Amino acid sequence: MFDVSFIYEAKDVKDAIKKLVENENSEVISGGTDVLIRVREGKDAGMGLVSIHNIAELKGVKKDSDGSIIIGAGTSFHDIAYNEIIKECLPSLGEAVDTVGGPQVRETATIGGNICNGATSADSASTLVALQADIVLEGPNGERVVNIKDFYTGPGKTVRDRCEVCKCFKIKKENYENYYGYYFKYGKRKSLEIATLGCSVLVKLNASKDAIEDVKIAYGVAAPTPSRAYKAEEFVKGKKLDDKNLLDGFAELALSEMKPRDSWRASKEFREQLIKEMAKRSLVNSIRRAGGKIEYYV
Amino acid sequence: MDYIGKSNLRVDAYAKVTGKALYTADMAPRDSYVAKVLHSTIANGEVVSMDVTEAKKIPGVIGVFTCFDVPDVEFPTAGHPWGLEPAHQDIADRKLLNKRVRLYGDDIAAVVAEDNVACDKALKLIKVEYKEYPVHTDARSMVQDKDAPLLHPNWRDDNVIAHTSFKSSPDFNYDEAKKKAIAEYGEDNLIEVVKNVKTPRISHSHIELPVSYAYVDANGKVTVVASTQIPHIGRRIIAQALNIPWGKVRVIKPYIGGGFGNKQDLLYEPLNAWLSVKCGGHPVILEISREETIVGTRTRHPMDGDVRGLATKDGKLLCRELVNYSTNGGYAAHGHSITAKCAGIFQNLYKNPLGVNSEAYTVWTNAPTSAAMRAYGVPQAVSFAETLTDDICFKGGFDPLKFRMDNLCDENLKAGGVEFYTYGLKKCLEIGAKKIGWDKKREEYKNQTGPIRRGVGMCCFIYQTAVAPIALETSSIRMILNQDGSMQLQTGATEIGQGADTVFTQIAAESTGITPDKIFIMSNQDTDVTPFDTGAYGSRQTYVAGNSIKECGKLFKQRICEYALTIEDEEKLQGKKVEDLDVCDNHIVDVKTKEQLVPLSKVALTGFYSFKHNQHITAEKTTDITTNTFASGCTFVDIEVDMPLGIINIKDIISVHDSGTIINPALATAQVHGGMSMSLGYGLSEELMLDPKTGKPYNDNLLDYKIPTAMDSPDFKVEFVEMKDPTGGYGNKALGEPPTVAPAVAIRNAVLNATGIGFNEFPLTAQRLVHEFKAQGLI
Repeated sequence: MFDVSFIYEAKDVKDAIKKLVENENSEVISGGTDVLIRVREGKDAGMGLVSIHNIAELKGVKKDSDGSIIIGAGTSFHDIAYNEIIKECLPSLGEAVDTVGGPQVRETATIGGNICNGATSADSASTLVALQADIVLEGPNGERVVNIKDFYTGPGKTVRDRCEVCKCFKIKKENYENYYGYYFKYGKRKSLEIATLGCSVLVKLNASKDAIEDVKIAYGVAAPTPSRAYKAEEFVKGKKLDDKNLLDGFAELALSEMKPRDSWRASKEFREQLIKEMAKRSLVNSIRRAGGKIEYYV
Repeated sequence: MDYIGKSNLRVDAYAKVTGKALYTADMAPRDSYVAKVLHSTIANGEVVSMDVTEAKKIPGVIGVFTCFDVPDVEFPTAGHPWGLEPAHQDIADRKLLNKRVRLYGDDIAAVVAEDNVACDKALKLIKVEYKEYPVHTDARSMVQDKDAPLLHPNWRDDNVIAHTSFKSSPDFNYDEAKKKAIAEYGEDNLIEVVKNVKTPRISHSHIELPVSYAYVDANGKVTVVASTQIPHIGRRIIAQALNIPWGKVRVIKPYIGGGFGNKQDLLYEPLNAWLSVKCGGHPVILEISREETIVGTRTRHPMDGDVRGLATKDGKLLCRELVNYSTNGGYAAHGHSITAKCAGIFQNLYKNPLGVNSEAYTVWTNAPTSAAMRAYGVPQAVSFAETLTDDICFKGGFDPLKFRMDNLCDENLKAGGVEFYTYGLKKCLEIGAKKIGWDKKREEYKNQTGPIRRGVGMCCFIYQTAVAPIALETSSIRMILNQDGSMQLQTGATEIGQGADTVFTQIAAESTGITPDKIFIMSNQDTDVTPFDTGAYGSRQTYVAGNSIKECGKLFKQRICEYALTIEDEEKLQGKKVEDLDVCDNHIVDVKTKEQLVPLSKVALTGFYSFKHNQHITAEKTTDITTNTFASGCTFVDIEVDMPLGIINIKDIISVHDSGTIINPALATAQVHGGMSMSLGYGLSEELMLDPKTGKPYNDNLLDYKIPTAMDSPDFKVEFVEMKDPTGGYGNKALGEPPTVAPAVAIRNAVLNATGIGFNEFPLTAQRLVHEFKAQGLI
């Protein structure tokens, strides 16, 4: 038995917002894979839960007329991973969400919950950061759009108000077209795992596929919130693939922009090693997917 | 043999696959109260006072019981046979709830309520005042601090439960042996390795959490239905804890979802029984959480051993030493027995021509209590012995396979009443080496450079099948003939998921001639009904209960044949004597011609309903086993090390077991798969970590405590060397625990082969690898 004061099944987004406004001690529940754990641990015990689980408008993936991809916040990881639009346009995001937990969790947990939970370890977060996703929120005062780079305010904290419902994520065409990506999840085991470190890279090569036109790199767990490494990105732009310092320079700069910490989960030394090595391997894999040739030992 | 060596389907397969098998929590009455335990938030100290006023006000709370309310009785918890002499009894060092707090999470109060939500609310409102003492979570630091407060002053003058030295001879001294070796061989002709090895605190991670429900029946009998490996021992311990006569307690064991030794201790069953008594005998269910299980039940002992070994440059092992500090945690549980078993295996795995010293301290500390876990100290023993061997080989340039062939214990080993009645160890090594491609790969993997490297490694072990002669090995079996010639089979030995019921059924079929489909084994032990057996632990049951079933089967068959001869007008039996008869395929047969003389169904029906000679045919037999035979085996592994990421990829792995005749090959193979998977956890990822300052656990949940998943498990290969052991009922030796001994250390030794780095702290996590590779300039 869970210690919750009520569970309300909202009919639509506005209905959910109304219920959240009416009940100060209540929160949104979608897939429930984070909320119910907090209730069990006693952290959110006694709260009322406003469920957006069955709201159809929050589910599914579509492509707008301008080429933007819109992912409903209530779409499960499984449904994202196996969606045709995702496979065609954002394959590295599909791969990233397919690394979450195990099959049961992926069937239940939603991308909106993953982002709104505010964890730096969220497997969808680094790729959405690399894709510069816009987040659409609706609250008592109407709708607003926040870019993901402005969304996180600290570990487990975001700009979302308790009474706001996350509706969807928008990825603009110019941010994915001709980019090839790779998400590297480093865990201590191969499934049912939280990332020790996550690294997502997107690469656009020049027409002759021998130089980098643009790159995006974002990490999870390398800092308190999912973070881009802008200097590393700038460093490799325009560089030839056979540039001897390409990978090492990229990795060193990426590390300089992160804030790995020492904890019982992983030492700083270990995280630093991973930040560098994963930057290299993610870039190499992205380049190869883009059709470029690059030498590396894996 | 008709039924031995056959891969019979599990007798409980249908029940378990369909979900019809009932486990403890499935059986609790719906109106049961729920109990939850309050745990201390300090690791060492005393509860000075407790205020439960607010907790009692929560609607639905039936009662709040604290460490100030429990009987002033200390009881032992280990699943050992009771000893008639006090010196052989387990240490009684815990009360139902404890004022003296010895570990973070110690049990200090309990709430009984109508549901778990009311329990949780009440637990939060209990106010506790503590007096705190300094904390020592590990054995070595506890021993070194001469001023450390005593955890159990009733029992010892310090915090050492026991300190023993097993030596090749009473006057053996390693340093003297070394001097002797220098004199004989010259210092330049010797190789010595001196090092420290640490092993992890491991959680058993059985799927079903410890759970029980208790009630007092109409006749005043305290009844506990529990997920336990040891129902008969459980009855004794519950009675001791409640200070009531043993016969006033009844324990029922339904199907259980794994135990691995954790449920070879009584955990919360005594508290559960007492809470029911305090609530007027109403049913109370007590199911703890995974977090409570990881911290508050039992763990595998973390051990910290100083190891030394000396060999000649031509590969002759001379002498060895282990000085081992074993962290036992807050309570004694199994006492010194696990560390002592570790010491014994270290001592005996090799021939030590110049002698050996295997010294062990078992120490109370402010940490989770360590007790039995599958293979009982032997994974640690080979972590010491087999890493030492490979380090010596690495230093001396020896082939680890040849070195073992030359120096391992042989078929003449006799140690503490245990011996090799059959010896298959070196045969196992031959098979393992051939299957992994040892010689070819050792050659291929020489002189590697670069960040990704390959390596092969091996590890071997010996293992006592049962616990005799240190402890009693006894088992009672009851066979009852039904009207249709089928059999009820009752054992006190327990099915805990390992397949015991299936194997017992096969053994009963072999010994009685009744086919397995007509043998109905009672899987649920009930101490008011089931004959006595101490339960599932060690690797004893197929050996001990198996022998007892064989003996009981002989008696049962004899009674059937004797009765059959009394049936009048049975033409084919005319003129026959008992010795002319046998039972085969559910018929009385002629022992020589195998001609079917009369069906058992007729014999049984006549026995039940005959006016002239009425007899219900049953047999009951108690067999105590005084022999004990060594099983043995090895693991070979081929790995790839991705050094920049600290990842070990297993490319090929095979375990070869010398476990005598295999009763059921499919079940035996599955047993080995499970053991290998557990050992991967020990080797690569599992360790329960504590904050050394506060004793608070860091990773007391299955997200942060890393059990390998199916995705992490390679294709486990298994081979058996089958030599019929004369002491096993049907030639069998231990197989329950041995599979989880060797794989971890074989992997460690393969990393040494791949990278030249010998890791001495288990598990070999990526972080440890990366740290060492960086320190050595390899990445």
